[in-house]
Amino acid sequence: MITAGIDCGAKNTKTVILKDGRIVGRGMVLTGFVQAAAVNESLQIALKDAGINECDLERIGGTGSGANAIAEANFRVNDIKAIVTAAHFFFPHSRTVVDVGAEESRAVKCDENGAVVDFAINEKCAAGAGAFIEAMGRALETPLEQMGNLALSSDNPIPMNAQCAIFAESEVVGLIHAKVEKRDICRAILDAMASRIVSMIRRIGVNPDIVILGGVACNPGFVTALKRDLSLDSVYVPELPEYGAAVGAAVIAAAEAK
Amino acid sequence: MADENTQEFWNWQETNWASPDINWENGRYITVGIDVGSVSSQAVVMVDGEMFAYGNMRTGSNSPDSARNALRFALEKTSLTADKIHYLIGTGYGRVNVPMADRTVTEIACHAKGANFFYGPTVRTVLDVGGQDIKVIRCDEKGKVTNFLMNDKCAAGTGRGMEVFSDLLSVPIGDVGRRSFEVDGEPPPVSSTCVVYAKSEATGLLRKGLSTNEVLAAYCSAMANRIYSLLERVGVEPEFAITGGMAKNRGVIGRLTRKLGLEPLKTKWDTQLAGAAGAALFGYALSRQGKGRK
Amino acid sequence: MLANYGYSDASGDYFITIDTDACNGCGECVSACPAGVFQVVDCDPNDPMNEEPVVTVIPDKAKKIKYECGPCKPFTNMPSLTCVRVCTHGAIAFSW
Repeated sequence: MITAGIDCGAKNTKTVILKDGRIVGRGMVLTGFVQAAAVNESLQIALKDAGINECDLERIGGTGSGANAIAEANFRVNDIKAIVTAAHFFFPHSRTVVDVGAEESRAVKCDENGAVVDFAINEKCAAGAGAFIEAMGRALETPLEQMGNLALSSDNPIPMNAQCAIFAESEVVGLIHAKVEKRDICRAILDAMASRIVSMIRRIGVNPDIVILGGVACNPGFVTALKRDLSLDSVYVPELPEYGAAVGAAVIAAAEAK
Repeated sequence: MADENTQEFWNWQETNWASPDINWENGRYITVGIDVGSVSSQAVVMVDGEMFAYGNMRTGSNSPDSARNALRFALEKTSLTADKIHYLIGTGYGRVNVPMADRTVTEIACHAKGANFFYGPTVRTVLDVGGQDIKVIRCDEKGKVTNFLMNDKCAAGTGRGMEVFSDLLSVPIGDVGRRSFEVDGEPPPVSSTCVVYAKSEATGLLRKGLSTNEVLAAYCSAMANRIYSLLERVGVEPEFAITGGMAKNRGVIGRLTRKLGLEPLKTKWDTQLAGAAGAALFGYALSRQGKGRK
Repeated sequence: MLANYGYSDASGDYFITIDTDACNGCGECVSACPAGVFQVVDCDPNDPMNEEPVVTVIPDKAKKIKYECGPCKPFTNMPSLTCVRVCTHGAIAFSW
């Protein structure tokens, strides 16, 4: 059985090909301004990666903020269901699933069967999403990939006062001018971000195991800050967390096709 | 000479002034209010509750110096010296760093008091849109606050939000208001409130073929909606006054007043002085209660 | 006076409203709040002519009130808030 899951997100569009319960191909492209084109491109990349023809796909599930643009999809599934399914696919013991995307973040509480019990969403404000880190990275002139490791090398926690990404940019520029070390600024940014995500998790209750998905989960500095803030070690990140929702959609497609 | 109807004076001049009619030596109480804001600092000197002198200048890198400089600048055109002051109140964002202050009072209380003085006792709602915050204040006929909110956490609707757009679209901030009206028909407002997301939305609108002026109009209109929703939370009761830098942006204020159906009150005084004037008035009231310096 | 402490951002309005005419500065809310967001001050900084003690929200807490108050506000089955319950003067209200 071969299925695909496509997640058309605010920043990236991701496709995963699932064959008999194994991920065999994936593709990711910038969503840009024409969602339908990004959807098709990511699907073609994933098919090529898997060495599979489009006609061999039994079912395609679509999700993400741009799910309606996925013409190829046989069905659409909401983001909450998609991420919980993915978390259980990777870690069957997960009870709390956190997804930190480019423009939204969510925390979902689920039971042992992966049924959604409660959830919290941060939306419409960049302070609680990946866009915050991205904006800070620009102010700091540091690529996102470097920020995490730089933050990990800092042992000097400093507070960030601004919550708003726009005001925080000025604060970061102020820190640069005050000759604060770059790694300490990186840590301050990721600590601030983690503290907002933690308070979102606390609203639904901290129930281990916690699984983190979404592009921001690729940032090791963020994950460490999150664990530190939660005082919890049982926080898990799958390989390629940014494909989380796409994996969920592909798994649901496989279950439906049965 | 710039035409006052087309030019918006975002780039204000540092100014000081002294009243030619008041002799401070005949006064009972000399009180001073110093408002240290994020962008500008003002010192207002009053003699028995009347405007005697003021200084209005850019805030420097540290608040104590900005406060001292503003006071020196205000006294420059007078023969008054700082030791003659009965009561000095610090207000504004940097109020805790006014070294000469006998007391600090929030900018909320001072703006209401100052607006009551500048616009008269009929003013009931004061909107102040500054570089980094929005304040909505309701007050009674004595200038006492009855209801207020201050939003300094989010850039949406503030001067800073407008600056981000002026940078994004490479339009000088003083031209924003005028150009936002040079459009055929009003485009729908930018739908994202968050300035970060509004920026990406605006980039998308430009790609879709909207002109720079249309995007400016769409953003001015979104700013007006944002400010309107904060006004609604506190409630608008006429008469209505607008202070702060955004008062000079017709693109936003024109759309806001149209939505409100209210014309803002006018004053002969520079509205930037409202907070410092209110502080000086509190100094006068407290002095009369015998709380001033001996 | 209705003093609204907190903020509004794109995700919503987060204000704690203190009715300063109802509040007598007893401080019950200060000891009841697990996040320590309240304080009693001797004189209302927004009403300098009135020298009665009154409760305000600590400025640093007001700036992130959505997060500070989060633990008392689960998404579902929200219990009545401790601060609102202990205030026998009915001086505390929430916008969210």
